[in-house]
Amino acid sequence: MYELSKDHEDFRAVVREFATDAVEPHVAQWDRDHHFPTDLVPRMGDLGLFGLVVPEEFGGSLEHAEGGAFTNLCIAIEELGRVDQSIGITLSAGVGLGINPILTYGTDEQKQRFLPDLVAGRALAGFGLTEPDAGSDAGATRTKAVLDDAAGEWVVDGAKAFITNSGTDITSVVTVTARTGTLDDGRPEISAIMIPSGTPGFTVEPAYHKMGWNISDTHGLSFAGCRVPAGNLLGEQGRGFHQFLKTLDDGRIAISALALGLITRMREEAAAYAKTRTAFGRPIGVNQGVAFPVADLAVMEEAARLLTYRAAWLKDEHEAGRRSVEEVKQAAAKAKLYTSEAAVTATRIATQVFGGNGFMEEYPVARFYRDAKILEIGEGTSEVQRMVLAKGLGLPA
Amino acid sequence: MNIVVCVKYVPDSQSERTFQESDNTVDREATDGLLSELDEYAVEEALKIVEARGGGEVTVLTVGPAAAADAIKKALQMGAHRGVHVQDDAIHGSDAVATSLVLAEAVKKATDGSPELVLTGMASTDGTMGVVPAMMAERLGLPQVTYASELTVGDGTVTIRRDGDTASETVEASLPALVSVTDQINEPRYPSFKGIMAAKKKPVDTWSLADLGLEASQVGLDAAWTTVVTFAQRPPRAQGQIVTDEGEGGAKLAEFLSAQKFL
Ligand SMILES: Cc1cc2nc3c(=O)[nH]c(=O)nc-3n(C[C@H](O)[C@H](O)[C@H](O)COP(=O)(O)OP(=O)(O)OC[C@H]3O[C@@H](n4cnc5c(N)ncnc54)[C@H](O)[C@@H]3O)c2cc1C
Ligand SMILES: Cc1cc2nc3c(=O)[nH]c(=O)nc-3n(C[C@H](O)[C@H](O)[C@H](O)COP(=O)(O)OP(=O)(O)OC[C@H]3O[C@@H](n4cnc5c(N)ncnc54)[C@H](O)[C@@H]3O)c2cc1C
Repeated sequence: MYELSKDHEDFRAVVREFATDAVEPHVAQWDRDHHFPTDLVPRMGDLGLFGLVVPEEFGGSLEHAEGGAFTNLCIAIEELGRVDQSIGITLSAGVGLGINPILTYGTDEQKQRFLPDLVAGRALAGFGLTEPDAGSDAGATRTKAVLDDAAGEWVVDGAKAFITNSGTDITSVVTVTARTGTLDDGRPEISAIMIPSGTPGFTVEPAYHKMGWNISDTHGLSFAGCRVPAGNLLGEQGRGFHQFLKTLDDGRIAISALALGLITRMREEAAAYAKTRTAFGRPIGVNQGVAFPVADLAVMEEAARLLTYRAAWLKDEHEAGRRSVEEVKQAAAKAKLYTSEAAVTATRIATQVFGGNGFMEEYPVARFYRDAKILEIGEGTSEVQRMVLAKGLGLPA
Repeated sequence: MNIVVCVKYVPDSQSERTFQESDNTVDREATDGLLSELDEYAVEEALKIVEARGGGEVTVLTVGPAAAADAIKKALQMGAHRGVHVQDDAIHGSDAVATSLVLAEAVKKATDGSPELVLTGMASTDGTMGVVPAMMAERLGLPQVTYASELTVGDGTVTIRRDGDTASETVEASLPALVSVTDQINEPRYPSFKGIMAAKKKPVDTWSLADLGLEASQVGLDAAWTTVVTFAQRPPRAQGQIVTDEGEGGAKLAEFLSAQKFL
């Protein structure tokens, strides 16, 4: 696998055109205004970006992909991420955290109810796992849901932190993990429950003041006696945690694609600037002190690309029944770990090449510098990826 | 209703464009090409008409080198139903007169001699002569309705709005007709993923001059009515002029602008 297929590259060309013409001209302003561009979401839907891994009966195009559907999603995230990281994460989270759990674990009725709008980009969904006191240790979830048998309703109480796409004007539902009981060994039983936007007792807190991802929608959520029908349970009771861990692997490959888009952009920006900016009467790129880090960017890009698309390929092969889930998990953790850390390094190199201009918001490298750090934190921190890898190597837990 | 849309494959205006020394024609090998952006409006309009009427086929037609297949591909990805590519080495160097001849014959062949509606862009983004639509209409014996910023297909008629500097005209013509559209008429769609995959299976016919019953002597550089005698690189941009305001800055600005024919 040293080259993506012709179909994949045809698709990339279209997403790149869309990203360049419809997204790039606006992102600096949106970033300044901390503005989430609701209108862009249905346009992304028209391109089919939210439906790449979704069957046709729910409005998607899975059957048309002729294999490699997840790879297509990574290409779209990479190309959007090359222009703006917030727009890339909006797609990545919209599919990976919003659509995927419903698609994978939902009943037919749940799928019919939510997926068509999500795939068309008329709606967005979020997934709330993280809590103020449960992040890397997601099993420490405190939010609880109690079944009111008489009413046939779950009553949810608790809080979630940092939930992407949870508070946009078009958010239709947020799936949250909650304690629904206690297991025989004393550990909490955790299940996933879908909370439609606007349900009484469900409050979307004001947006966070973030260092980056300013265009992306992130909120804390709180639940106080929030009642939803018993039928809003997603998947099996008591399987919420397990289910979530499974969808995480896909999310990690997607974040890797997002980071790859960033590294690619940093390589392009730094190389172009090093050729044109002059100091001491010569382009700064003639100095090895500038040229060598730019050369390193090309290596990071290549390594990131191979790790990302190999993980995506394994995921597609897994879907076709040819590779194990454990192989995907390990490849996803490696890709996410390397690529996100390289992304942070890449923005540091690029801003340094840009000198004072690199610190100015007129140049996109400054925005990417602020946006890079979260890549090492979201969807499992670098430490968590190393934990997954160490465990995969059989090291004692 | 079946619609033929003429689309031109042009050098990407974002890239460096040059002429070749040997015959003073555009060096098409040296640059990436694409579907002329102005022709995307014609494709979009055709798709909208067919979609609104719930039936009919959109055929995209291009005259150009092998790489021009990319222009057809893009239009098929957007949703057009089939493509026709007229490709023949003898066409190299054709001027607008010859291009319109080839296009007109291809339209006839693609529609069994009875086109219903032919759409074109307002001008190509490379040659920008804007004359091919009129020449084609003349050759096909069709009413030519040009520079449409709005297009309505009625019962046996087309009605367009043409925006001028001082007034907008409404023009009606009987069908069949040839209509050229401007970049004000719509917002061309991006191909969807499904569209990209579907395009691979759509039929594309490749025709030579002989297929159209044309002779090599009717086209190409030798048959051209116009000849490019010489070409030169555009001079590098000159240093800007700084107007220092010493009380009469406004007048100096106006003077400069009128000298440049901006006023
Ligand atoms: C912008 C943004 C968007 C997000 N979107 C979502 C979302 O949509 N849904 C969602 O559920 N969550 C979301 N998150 C939450 C994110 O996934 C968590 O922040 C992340 O998993 C880390 O959890 P934490 O913040 O609680 O950090 P903690 O778990 O408190 O970790 C703090 C530090 O300790 C380290 N650490 C913890 N345990 C260990 C250990 N055993 N060994 C070594 N190091 C350890 C961590 O790696 C980290 O460096 C988002 C976060 C942000 C900032
Ligand atoms: C200075 C100059 C140099 C030239 N050099 C070359 C050269 O090097 N090589 C060369 O091949 N030609 C050359 N030409 C000819 C010219 O570029 C075109 O091939 C032809 O004359 C069409 O004119 P246009 O592009 O201005 O079309 P316009 O009249 O501006 O086009 C209007 C519409 O007609 C349709 N159309 C036009 N051409 C085609 C086509 N080929 N296929 C399908 N639809 C079409 C499109 O819908 C387009 O929007 C040159 C012309 C000039 C003026």
